[in-house]
Amino acid sequence: MWTTFLDALLLQAGYNAALVAIGAALLGIAAGTSGTFLFLRKRALVSDAIAHATLPGIGLAFILMVALGGDGRDLGGLMLGSAVTAAAGLLLVEWTARETRLSEDAAIGAVLSVFFGFGIVLLTFIQTMSSGRQAGLDGLLLGSTAGMLFQDGIIIAIGGVLSVVAVYVLRRPMTLVAFDDEFAEASGVNVRHVDLAIMGLVLGVTVIGLKIVGLILIVAMLIIPAVAARFWTERTEHVVLGAGLIGGASGYIGAALSASAPALPTGPIIVLVCALLFGLSLLFAPIRGVLASVLRHRRFQVRVHRRQGLLALVHGEAIHDRMTLAVLRRDGLIRADGVATDDGRAQAAKALLDERRWEIVRQLHFADGIKASLDGLTPIEEVLTRDELAEIDKRLGPPVVVGE
Amino acid sequence: MGSEFVQLSLTPILIGVLASIACALPGNFLILRRQALIGDAISHVVLPGIVVAFLITGTVASVPMMLGAAGAAIIAVILIEAIKRLGRIEPGAAMGVVFTSMFAGGVLLLEQSDTSNVHLDVEHALMGNLESLIWFAAEDWSSLVDPAALAALPAELPRIAVVCALVAVLTYLFWRPLKISTFDEGFARSMGIPTTFISIGLVIAAAVAAVAAFDAVGSIIVIAMFICPPAAARLMTNQLEVQLVWSVVFAVLSAVLGYVFAGYGPLWFGGENAVSAAGMIATVSGIILGLACLFGPQRKRIGEAAGL
Amino acid sequence: MTGRAVEVAAQDGRILQQPPADDSPLAVRGLTVSYGDKPAIFSVDAVVPPESMMAIVGPNGAGKSTLLKAVLGIVEPLSGTVSVYGEPLAKVQERVAYVPQRASVDWDFPTRVIDVVLMGLYRELGLLGWVTGRQRKTAKACLERVGMAEFANRQIGQLSGGQQQRVFLARALAQDADLYLLDEPFAGVDAATEKAIIDVLKSLKADMKTVVCVHHDLATVSDYFDHVLLINVRKIAEGPVATTFTAENLQRTYGGRLATTHIDELRLPAG
Repeated sequence: MWTTFLDALLLQAGYNAALVAIGAALLGIAAGTSGTFLFLRKRALVSDAIAHATLPGIGLAFILMVALGGDGRDLGGLMLGSAVTAAAGLLLVEWTARETRLSEDAAIGAVLSVFFGFGIVLLTFIQTMSSGRQAGLDGLLLGSTAGMLFQDGIIIAIGGVLSVVAVYVLRRPMTLVAFDDEFAEASGVNVRHVDLAIMGLVLGVTVIGLKIVGLILIVAMLIIPAVAARFWTERTEHVVLGAGLIGGASGYIGAALSASAPALPTGPIIVLVCALLFGLSLLFAPIRGVLASVLRHRRFQVRVHRRQGLLALVHGEAIHDRMTLAVLRRDGLIRADGVATDDGRAQAAKALLDERRWEIVRQLHFADGIKASLDGLTPIEEVLTRDELAEIDKRLGPPVVVGE
Repeated sequence: MGSEFVQLSLTPILIGVLASIACALPGNFLILRRQALIGDAISHVVLPGIVVAFLITGTVASVPMMLGAAGAAIIAVILIEAIKRLGRIEPGAAMGVVFTSMFAGGVLLLEQSDTSNVHLDVEHALMGNLESLIWFAAEDWSSLVDPAALAALPAELPRIAVVCALVAVLTYLFWRPLKISTFDEGFARSMGIPTTFISIGLVIAAAVAAVAAFDAVGSIIVIAMFICPPAAARLMTNQLEVQLVWSVVFAVLSAVLGYVFAGYGPLWFGGENAVSAAGMIATVSGIILGLACLFGPQRKRIGEAAGL
Repeated sequence: MTGRAVEVAAQDGRILQQPPADDSPLAVRGLTVSYGDKPAIFSVDAVVPPESMMAIVGPNGAGKSTLLKAVLGIVEPLSGTVSVYGEPLAKVQERVAYVPQRASVDWDFPTRVIDVVLMGLYRELGLLGWVTGRQRKTAKACLERVGMAEFANRQIGQLSGGQQQRVFLARALAQDADLYLLDEPFAGVDAATEKAIIDVLKSLKADMKTVVCVHHDLATVSDYFDHVLLINVRKIAEGPVATTFTAENLQRTYGGRLATTHIDELRLPAG
């Protein structure tokens, strides 16, 4: 299996397998990037409605092509039909959310279930209509690349290239709208048109993906790469790039894996590779990953308790909070019986001094620019220069003798 | 309209009606909470649940299947919550990640395992087999009081009846906290209402309804019934209590009309074979919703949306 | 270093502050809440005196609403304690009424005005209790107090912003509490509503109740409230309006954002 997998990875596993791998990679890139814009617009599940709404189109196209005396399984015709009903479904979602009091998620759910249900009705009708020739249709539910025709591969590859090019051409306005639609509108971008372009791209990717991953799993290719990429960066352009990378890699590796063993259907394998990459991103990504966040939050909490404990020490207040006590003890700031150590007293005094300094910083006009670090937990020396500190200390006023 | 109806159509219609009501009731709250697509997510993950149950037990008996499906639904809900909170990802995207991945896993397991000799496939999971839930032992209406015939009812009927009753009782029991916490969660918490418990309970009730309904009628009806009847009902009235009644009416109407159209519709057009009842029930519910969108007396939004 | 800090400590008002009286309506100590790694409020101490009307004032994002939510247990604090009439909140929940921000709920929700007010009687009604005539009368009376009696059967989506706010206040009145916590009750309401709300709040005070409002309009603080808590993530100052609501404290709260001219308009006592 490993040798076949390597062969497939290097496009040596036969002409068809190579075609599928390239097509899947292109599809992954196109789905990952166009899905990102949907995700950033917080409308990820619109893709679910679009995908399910392709089914009646497939059925209708089949019936029509047979009625006209053609081959009902012609991929081009089926893709065209699916695009028509998917577009109708999309427009219905938009219309319902705009014209009635129903929210978009209800409209998505209604459209996807009703269109899909009607599609099933058509499929059962087709089963009784012409015996034996409908076999290819259920393959479009879950994707099936086994026995894919060469011309189908060409259609998919060309479609993939076209959508990647379209994403590249439209990347600027789409990024602008995804990042801040009000700002985009104000700077002269027609948000509605850009939204339509995003939807159109998603629709195109869905239709192209029907054959390889099927209409249920194409949703995964549109959503998962974007969400996974989000963990790695805070910048919109980088999310788009990352999603394209993750989507493309999943498509390519998944297709190669699938070619290397008989019972590994292409669609599910691609999605699972993608899900694996998502899981890794969720856990280990350094920017927004769970592990990094937990560590950061823990450090932050310790800092809060430490600071509160220190302030309580100067104010001579009893500390009851267990975590505060534990933190102070761990750092050797108090003894086991709760009395402050020398180090504890020194640090407490420093905490109080900083507290007073912060207060002055906050009053000064230049405070606005550094508000982000004004929580008072960041060491003040990291925020202010020596000169600024000296300036502030002058404002503390002359020392006053207090009874100690 | 005598013995043939009782034998062939009575039980499927009853099962369809009960399944639709069981899904529509929690659907009312899911829609108001902007969680309509939880039903979508749950019904997708049912597939991996039943496949795993099959692989473990080696049978296609209903009880292990339902347990597997329920387990998968609960795992999915937990994963969605975890991704939402830990990863700070919006709910729709979190849902999309989880249910598509689990569904893919289910399909893969199905292909890998030897299920050729049992009736377990993706299409069955989607479409159900409502038409096949026939009451063989029935002869005519008198069978309704014949203990021997009643004992031979398809097992799906009592099961979905119990679940439907359970969902109805829970809705009645928790009506007030459900309503308050759906309308104003912060206020509900300030009154000491356990809102987290309520919202998890709602999702679990929805999952139980989905699994029981799925067992009988397939997942496509489940999604449609979670959303279409309550959404149409919302457009009929501005009173939650009345909305609930409308949603039940629409659910029953969809189930009955859908079944009849699927069975007899093709005959009216000169066809010979029935089409999928599940698909037709979903279609009818969609038509009802479409009519409500066009003509419902309360179809327009009047209040300010949240957060504006 | 040590000596210097202790001297500074003597200048710090906090050190001289008396420990909170145990039975004050609301006392928070060291309350810290963070969303992610940014503290929304940091180590806030505050004591609300009995039968006072207190405004919580501070710039946007200063953590005013968060403070209220943390007090009510709606958000989980990172550290600190809250006591209400000397007890943890859970024990005295029925003595606290809460008016959330108007914009925090979906006003398209399918329900009527009277039903919203009846939500305030949830503790009394329980899970299955039928709404009796007496309770309906209570709810009507609460609507009467905010001047909304004739709207009882109106769908809530048909109300104006000011009317929505009055309904929320009526719901809190129905709770018949001792401590009323209101989040921006005057935000975006018409003049008539503002007058109606402040009249109700003053009548609560006259009935020996305690009122705490998150408030954004500096111009009305002196007219409406007798106590003020100034916060900007941290507590800046707390006390009677006459001595605490000063130009200096405002400058400390708002930093450079509050133009001096603006403060002049408030005609405050000099800091």
